[in-house]
Amino acid sequence: MLEVQNATKRFGGLVAVNQASLKVEAGSITGLIGPNGAGKTTLFTLISGFEKPSEGRVLFEGEDISRDEPHVRARRGIARTFQIVQPFAGLSVLENIAVGAHLRHAKRSDALASAERVGQRVGLGPELDKSASSLTVAGRKRLELARALATEPKLLLLDEVLAGLNPSEIRDIIPVIRAIRDEGVTILMIEHVMQAVMSLCEQVYVLAQGRIIAEGPPADVCDDPKVIEAYLGAGAAERLKREKVHA
Amino acid sequence: MYSPAIIAEAVVNGLMAGAVYALIALGLTLVYGVLHIINFAHGALLTAAMFAVWVVYEAFGLDPYLAILPLTPLFFGLGYAVQRFVIGPASHGNDSNILLVTLGLSIAIENALLAGFRSDTRTLNTDYGFQVVEFGPLLLSKPRLIGFGAAILVTVLLWLLLSRTDTGKAIRAVAKEKFGASLVGIDVAHVYAVTFGLGCACLAVAACLLMPTFYVNPRIGQAFVLVAFTIVVLGGMGSIPGALLGGLFIGVVESLCGLFLGDSLGQIGIFLIFILVLLVRPTGMFGAKA
Amino acid sequence: MTFRDIAPIVVLIALIAFVPAFITANTVLNFLVFTLIIALAAQGWNILGGFGGQFSFGHAAFFGTGAYAAALLQVRLGINPWVAFAIGTVVGAAVGWVIGYLSFRSGLRGSYFALVTLAFAEVLRILANAATFTGGAAGVLIKLDVRPGNFQFESRGAFFWIALALVGAVLLLTRWIERSRFGAQLVAVRENEAAAKALGVDTLRVKLGAITVSGAVTAAAGGLYAQYFLYVDANIAYGTWISVEVILAPIVGGLGTVFGPLVGAVALHGLGEITKLAAGSVPGIDLMVFGGLLVAAVAFAPAGILGLMRRSARSRGAARHA
Ligand SMILES: Nc1ncnc2c1ncn2[C@@H]1O[C@H](COP(=O)(O)OP(=O)(O)OP(=O)(O)O)[C@@H](O)[C@H]1O
Ligand SMILES: [Mg+2]
Repeated sequence: MLEVQNATKRFGGLVAVNQASLKVEAGSITGLIGPNGAGKTTLFTLISGFEKPSEGRVLFEGEDISRDEPHVRARRGIARTFQIVQPFAGLSVLENIAVGAHLRHAKRSDALASAERVGQRVGLGPELDKSASSLTVAGRKRLELARALATEPKLLLLDEVLAGLNPSEIRDIIPVIRAIRDEGVTILMIEHVMQAVMSLCEQVYVLAQGRIIAEGPPADVCDDPKVIEAYLGAGAAERLKREKVHA
Repeated sequence: MYSPAIIAEAVVNGLMAGAVYALIALGLTLVYGVLHIINFAHGALLTAAMFAVWVVYEAFGLDPYLAILPLTPLFFGLGYAVQRFVIGPASHGNDSNILLVTLGLSIAIENALLAGFRSDTRTLNTDYGFQVVEFGPLLLSKPRLIGFGAAILVTVLLWLLLSRTDTGKAIRAVAKEKFGASLVGIDVAHVYAVTFGLGCACLAVAACLLMPTFYVNPRIGQAFVLVAFTIVVLGGMGSIPGALLGGLFIGVVESLCGLFLGDSLGQIGIFLIFILVLLVRPTGMFGAKA
Repeated sequence: MTFRDIAPIVVLIALIAFVPAFITANTVLNFLVFTLIIALAAQGWNILGGFGGQFSFGHAAFFGTGAYAAALLQVRLGINPWVAFAIGTVVGAAVGWVIGYLSFRSGLRGSYFALVTLAFAEVLRILANAATFTGGAAGVLIKLDVRPGNFQFESRGAFFWIALALVGAVLLLTRWIERSRFGAQLVAVRENEAAAKALGVDTLRVKLGAITVSGAVTAAAGGLYAQYFLYVDANIAYGTWISVEVILAPIVGGLGTVFGPLVGAVALHGLGEITKLAAGSVPGIDLMVFGGLLVAAVAFAPAGILGLMRRSARSRGAARHA
């Protein structure tokens, strides 16, 4: 469904994404993990169109969308959430979601009805009439999710929607994400919470210093020495193995 | 059709006017560089300073150049107070609010001056207002030459203040990273107000340098403020050397446009530059802030 | 739009329409017509500034274009004034689109958008003041020829009703915007442009739509002004005064609300008249108060008069429940 081919993004001298390639199969939940500053969010901005790649291509359903504006990509069916939440602070929760719903519903009453359904689904039902700025962190993350979902996407890009949530909040939202996929929405998610990655993702890509260094099922990837070193520094894999042997 | 001497004179006159423009733009760019706000009241504050020069001259016979001594600290204090007690609290730290608050201030100041002084145009009758200096083939106005020198001197002094003193260091720290600055114990609100005060002090000096050859009425600031914005945009928001160079350049442009297009159309060159710079290099000129 | 959306507007306009039946003093009617013209121009600004969050400091560009177009088309080209007025409105829309296209495509926002619009208005002012076609500094005088077919009337009441009808029409238009997809997207752009884009909003198109409608409405106010006073010059038509008036009214009344500009214009000019009565004929005293009011509104009443009213209604309601 989505294919990134050798994408590179430079900011001045800094190479945030370096020759990264990945594939997301239709109907899957694919994970994108990597240490802080690896370039994960930047890769999302390339897929969603907020930045254009310096090199490489982004294909969606077989078409090259590398030069499309963000709103065009949204119309094609790509929706993203923001790692740093971006609510329409002056609007109510329902109105926030309705902006997303308007993408597929021209009539206001239709958009509001759809927004309400989506809001209920992600567990924002009781909050719909409140101001978006009054939401808690968990509420805001849910709002990000709801707005993106309201655009009725084919591909949903989730950028750390679990970050900042406590364990019980995470437990609440994981089934919601799985249900979204079960209804036919393909998901690509950036996530630091490994427990969530393990339980949700079929396929995981690991990004470190802009490069994809590993891919595969989550359990395999976590054992990959390259991945361990990317997170813990050079030599860490060796040390861990030795400790395991001694234990 | 214009002799080289006429054009040369226009250029030199433009440079002399430009130095004073630069001084006005300096206040604006300083405030922008540190507070990241566009001060729409800058023109009205300049008008107020020019009236102050006129008042002390008429009331106490104080020479405009000597008036620099009392008026600079006075306007520093005024600017400090305006930022600390009006703009800062009223705008709740929101950019578009700052825009509106300074707009409101400019309307209030300008019309208070109109109410107080009426719309008549006023000038100073100094005995040196029309004196000239011979400079090769050119005849240069003496007060404007003084204005040129003084404006450049003040620019250099301000630059020294920012780069060499503790106050300057605090200002630059706040400009770069206000949160970090507040963590190391710098009083950001105070630094903001000091910066705004310095901007107003620049205006007081500019007013004193302008008045011997210029006139004042309540709307005069409007003419200067767009010129100053143009300079600031051209020279790069927040840049002191940029303001100086931009000021000299705009002075020359205005002078040449006036020569070739006539008085009524002369200003248009400046606005067109302004629009072009904004449209063509908005991000390059101001970085990510735009 | 539902009946409940429209009814308050229709009732309000119908009530105001009776004013000339009770008040016939010319000075009062003059004041009312002028206030309605300002309200209309401010409604135009509010669509772009209030709903779209793009603060123009140069709406004089549209007001002046409407005024000059209405005047010049009939004086120079002999076009019927009604038609000239309509064309002026369309030209205002076109100027809006052009300024919008140039500025928004360059990514100008916030203070920079304010500055560039101000500069556009100044360029137009200087041109109008210098060109011979526009009558230069002397301006354009529209010949007195009182005939309804000529957009000139015996009674000021007629003008009052026309201005009121236009204000009413724009109230309905604004209400429609508020209840439409376009409006939802416009507000989204105001609140957070990046988020709006991610949700499929074509932000450039939405902003262009807003500035085009905004330009048309404010130009209509300019055309009405020219037709009422039968005179236009550069400092009136393209002057900063009108750019400032159209910002003040919505902010004082209630930014981004349907009734804000009308409420604000009436409140400001009512206050202005009172100030003038109290202070005598000191020039600028009313504007001085307006400036102070703008600062005060931003500081203490960001939602304007309507916001204050809503708040006090709510607290009264709460008190009753307690
Ligand atoms: N617009 C930009 N301009 C310049 N540098 C940028 C920009 N966006 C990101 N970067 C840099 O690119 C690198 C990758 O950042 P990115 O946000 O993509 O990392 P990330 O993997 O999402 O990290 P995190 O887990 O902390 O969210 C960082 O060094 C960042 O500073
Ligand atoms: Mg990130």
